[in-house]
Amino acid sequence: MFLSLTIICVVAGAILAGVNMYTTGPIAATKAAALEAAIKAVTPDFDNKPTEQAYMAVTADGDSLKIYPATKDGKFVGAAVESNTKKGFSGEIKVIVGFDAEGKLLNYSVLQHAETPGLGAKMQEWFRADKNKQSVLGRNLADGELKVSKDGGDVDAITAATITSRAFLNAVNRAYSAFAGTDGLTGATASSDNTTKEGGNDNE
Amino acid sequence: MEYILIFIAAVFVNNVVLAQFLGICPFLGVSKKVETAAGMGAAVTFVLTIATVVTFLVQKYILDAFGLGFMQTISFILIIAALVQMVEIILKKVSPALYQALGVFLPLITTNCCILGVAILVIQKEYNLLESVVYAISTAIGFALALIIFAGVREQLAMTKVPDGMKGTPIALITAGLLAMAFMGFSGIV
Amino acid sequence: MSNLKILMNGIIKENPTFVLLLGMCPTLGTTSSALNGMSMGLATMFVLICSNIVISALKNLIPDMVRIPAFIVVIATFVTVVQMCMEAFVPALYASLGLFIPLIVVNCIVLGRAEAFAAKNGIIPSAIDGLGMGLGFTMALTLLGAVRELLGTGKLFNLTLMPEQYGSLIFVLAPGAFIALGYLVAIVNKLRKA
Repeated sequence: MFLSLTIICVVAGAILAGVNMYTTGPIAATKAAALEAAIKAVTPDFDNKPTEQAYMAVTADGDSLKIYPATKDGKFVGAAVESNTKKGFSGEIKVIVGFDAEGKLLNYSVLQHAETPGLGAKMQEWFRADKNKQSVLGRNLADGELKVSKDGGDVDAITAATITSRAFLNAVNRAYSAFAGTDGLTGATASSDNTTKEGGNDNE
Repeated sequence: MEYILIFIAAVFVNNVVLAQFLGICPFLGVSKKVETAAGMGAAVTFVLTIATVVTFLVQKYILDAFGLGFMQTISFILIIAALVQMVEIILKKVSPALYQALGVFLPLITTNCCILGVAILVIQKEYNLLESVVYAISTAIGFALALIIFAGVREQLAMTKVPDGMKGTPIALITAGLLAMAFMGFSGIV
Repeated sequence: MSNLKILMNGIIKENPTFVLLLGMCPTLGTTSSALNGMSMGLATMFVLICSNIVISALKNLIPDMVRIPAFIVVIATFVTVVQMCMEAFVPALYASLGLFIPLIVVNCIVLGRAEAFAAKNGIIPSAIDGLGMGLGFTMALTLLGAVRELLGTGKLFNLTLMPEQYGSLIFVLAPGAFIALGYLVAIVNKLRKA
């Protein structure tokens, strides 16, 4: 009785080990390709391999994020920062944010989220749409961190998804703080001004 | 503070049944009476907590340690099935009174997807052991809460006149939808 | 029972979603769009067919006492295969179905058909039963996903049919899943009686 169950388990394990071996390569390749595409989409033209030169940088709130530096002809042109936040409406949000050498936000891409479809999930498009004060593209975070209008900032939150919007901006601010902290940007060392606003969700 | 947040989020905001759609079968199946709903809720709380601890340890010290991540689904479901059997046997011996109350629900629990779901979720969310336990208990309480409220509504519903086509499951589903809408009101609190 | 009859049984007479009301969790959880619903249905159908075939082939080798655990192992194996293949080749879909892929293991339809049909019938009828049940499930999920997507966002399979403002977002959110399914079951009940 137990023999047959054991045999079934062993066979099942063997099959899975086989499939696992077969799919590990493609899974890693898909992930790497997705990351590279995301980096490419958010940084200026580069000719180095950012994924191979990635390093960790400390944010103002003591966390550390991964930075993918982009250089062209040996000159630093910008970087993509893989950032995250746990303040999302339903779980962690992972974004990759690209800055140019001056610290201007070039582009972003949401890598992973579990926000509500139709509401918070709109963030992939919302913050790049050139409408009212929605777009965060082209902003320089050295002028102060991004906040939604409701919190006295100048970014329009996604309609009916203020928490997601705050979380998204939190991730962006953290990305900048890591980016600015490690780089010789003019006066933009990680000062306490760049600290992401804690408890930003209290006044919902 | 963090634990309180996990608790509130799991019970109200991301209620396991009404927002995450786990454990719908018992939610629709054993919700005709408040009493049975409470029994089911208690049984789930019991099993879910133990199962989460065991699967968490198995993942950390066996699967991760030996690079057997691909065996996760198989090992978790077998552990849960074995655990339910064991809980049943032990309860029968140790506490016949508790067994009387929960016994009939135990076999149903193996296929309750919120057990396997939570076991996998705590691994995905990278919780530590204590956070996992808090999350498991809160999720189970959320499940019990939704189930008991729903049973209360259905007891009332049984006495009202419902159009023929809507009798039974359809009206139950629509009621659940209204309940889910009410729970959406908790959205902003965490 | 002829093979055609077995096939139609799963699609119409004993439709797992609308008639047997099995596998409600993925039914509600993955149907925020027609495409998601259909993918979930197809993934489940694959597991159903494979596990039905294997279980019906092994039915005389498995002792009765350990029948259920053995079935679960077989099902879990195929689920993991689906999971790994999806992660490798359709990562976007894998991300949007998320947790519900491994949860196919506890989908009552799969274990239910293994126990009620595959354990008693030959390989070919079992495969056809898996196909029929899988198709019934897929159709139900696609229908529910289509209704929710259309009413919620005005789109169908990502094609805009009406302006988004006319959609009522509630249908994409959790309550809409329950309500849309409630009305669909009521309509199916009515049609079956007629």
